Amino acid sequence: MIQTDLIIILPEIIISVCAMLALVVSVYSGKDALASRLVLLTSALFVVMALWIGNSGGESQSAFGGMFQDDAYARFCKVVILLSAAAVLVMGRDYMLRTGLLRFEYPLLIAFSVVGMMVMVSAGDLMALYMGLELQSLALYVVAALRRDSVKSTEAGLKYFVLGALSSGLLLYGASLTYGYAGTTGFNGIIESTSGGQASMGLLFGLVFVIAGLAFKVSVVPFHMWTPDVYEGAPTPITAFFATAPKMAAMGLFARVLYDAFGGVIGDWQQILALLSVLSMFLGAVAAIGQSDIKRLMAYSSIAHMGYALIGLAAGTAQGVQAMLVYMAVYVTMNLGTFAFILSMEKDGRPVTKIASLNLYANRAPTKAIAMLVLLFSLAGVPPFLGFFAKFGVWSAAIDAGMIWLVFASAIASAIGAYYYLRIVYLMYFGEEVDEALNGGGSPVLWGVLMAAAAIMVFGIVNLFGINGSAASAAAALVN
Amino acid sequence: MSVTVFAFYLFAVSALAGGLFTVISRNPVHSVLWLILSFLSSAGLFVLLGAEFVAMLLIIVYVGAVAVLFLFVVMMLDVDFSELRAEMAKYLPLALLIGVVLLMQFSVAIGVWVFSDQALSARAAVPPAATHNTAALGLLIYDQYFLLFQLAGLILLVAMIGAIVLTLRHRVDVKRQDVHAQMWRDPAVAMELKDVKPGEGL
Repeated sequence: MIQTDLIIILPEIIISVCAMLALVVSVYSGKDALASRLVLLTSALFVVMALWIGNSGGESQSAFGGMFQDDAYARFCKVVILLSAAAVLVMGRDYMLRTGLLRFEYPLLIAFSVVGMMVMVSAGDLMALYMGLELQSLALYVVAALRRDSVKSTEAGLKYFVLGALSSGLLLYGASLTYGYAGTTGFNGIIESTSGGQASMGLLFGLVFVIAGLAFKVSVVPFHMWTPDVYEGAPTPITAFFATAPKMAAMGLFARVLYDAFGGVIGDWQQILALLSVLSMFLGAVAAIGQSDIKRLMAYSSIAHMGYALIGLAAGTAQGVQAMLVYMAVYVTMNLGTFAFILSMEKDGRPVTKIASLNLYANRAPTKAIAMLVLLFSLAGVPPFLGFFAKFGVWSAAIDAGMIWLVFASAIASAIGAYYYLRIVYLMYFGEEVDEALNGGGSPVLWGVLMAAAAIMVFGIVNLFGINGSAASAAAALVN
Repeated sequence: MSVTVFAFYLFAVSALAGGLFTVISRNPVHSVLWLILSFLSSAGLFVLLGAEFVAMLLIIVYVGAVAVLFLFVVMMLDVDFSELRAEMAKYLPLALLIGVVLLMQFSVAIGVWVFSDQALSARAAVPPAATHNTAALGLLIYDQYFLLFQLAGLILLVAMIGAIVLTLRHRVDVKRQDVHAQMWRDPAVAMELKDVKPGEGL
């Protein structure tokens, strides 16, 4: 009994045990010199696990009395989470080393937060959900404040911690109301209690609070206040991490709760999600215009992108979930490329994040400027690139679900948002000469990730590298 | 009114009063003391529910450890609470308005509270009749909720690593105790014995 359960969670066990072994070894050797190798080992472990989970296939199964679900949906999310975490670790190694932030705890905390994310997307019980969420968040609060001598980084960590604690409180309150109605915290029991298709007032309150708590974690309006400050204050590789794996995990968890636990009352949460989605798209598009720091800009961009991904969820169909999964995979790839570029932005050997420093960048590094142009066009959703097809997917899901107004609103928001992406392109190609312009910078790894992401944006449009099929089976596993 | 009902209202009212005064009392030390009252009353409520073990844990862990820790922190930190309070007073009307609206909404939800038909049968953690509740908790935590228990352990590990990462720093400009240097110090080298004659000095 326990043996089969343990085999199902074997990937999580392996990652945590490896992290704990590495912790013991590093503490006793007492040196941060191991850290650099540890980062590479951790990301190699992530890649191996991703390949294993991606190829394991098979039936949906559950462990620990339904607390842990292992199905195609969880596997899809886990592969995206593991691969993006691995990429971010490798990308940020050089930066962390040069800024003296590469301590051996950094890869370990990332590993633990990844375990938390894997539990989140596999959760089959409100308690397992909360445990995964806290494991992930706690590690993230710490890495956000990793640069202790910087006021901004400390502020970022503290702000993230306090608001994260508040959101956990909201989530728990919702969970307890839900438990009060259904009498169980298991998703199976909750969905059975709504089999009449009618949610009682108590369950509805629980649902609203759970959604509010999760909306904090995916940072959609009106629960987005922490995002720009945290993105700006945290060291850049950690910002890159925040913008990729945790977003996928939180979105995965969002869909998991809404369909597995509240799938009987789709009509009740559809409107809430549609509203959150419209607000985030517009705020993300408008507020990013005035930004002068590219990390803050990416924060607002991620708020807007979460809004687009929520359209897929708001559609309330398997097609919508599939579109959301594809959207998140594309979003993560675009962000990896963009952050590879941001990490390579430096002047006189010091990292820079001012947008003004990109003036006439195309004259100095034409290849990288082209790659960045492709990524920015893709982020804006301009047609020939992959970002457009991801948006097209969520739009067609929404149209099939009869939410045409949502598609119109998002098309308008997307047009407004295109302005600030295109402004960077404009500065890179037709800007003016400034003395704060970038010179040099960027390791081969960053160059490689940037080029690979840009190439995916161009060549992915042929068949999306086949992820549509696995996203479809993932969505089918979730929505039934 | 039976004793149980009386005890319930007593504990419930004092828990609420404790919570309220924690927030509004002027002196932060008083706030912590009110908080302790609130913990104690919640422990009383747990006893009424038949969960003695949880009640004792609440007293030992929260009152004994956490609240005392709070007290130390409050006394040691030099925070100007009157300034914080002035800041809070600025937002008080809005906060009160939101609070009242929320309260009204909740009374709607709680007022018409219904349980799902299967709520009683769906309960996962019903205490076995013949088992003592400490033993029942053990059976649950180490068996049914094994995964959650281990995950909670991981969370604590992360919290510990985090606390060390964020606070431990090896500054070179600070003198530190070197235990080995102290232990291996040789009295023959470090000390010199002088025979001082009475009344003369060195």
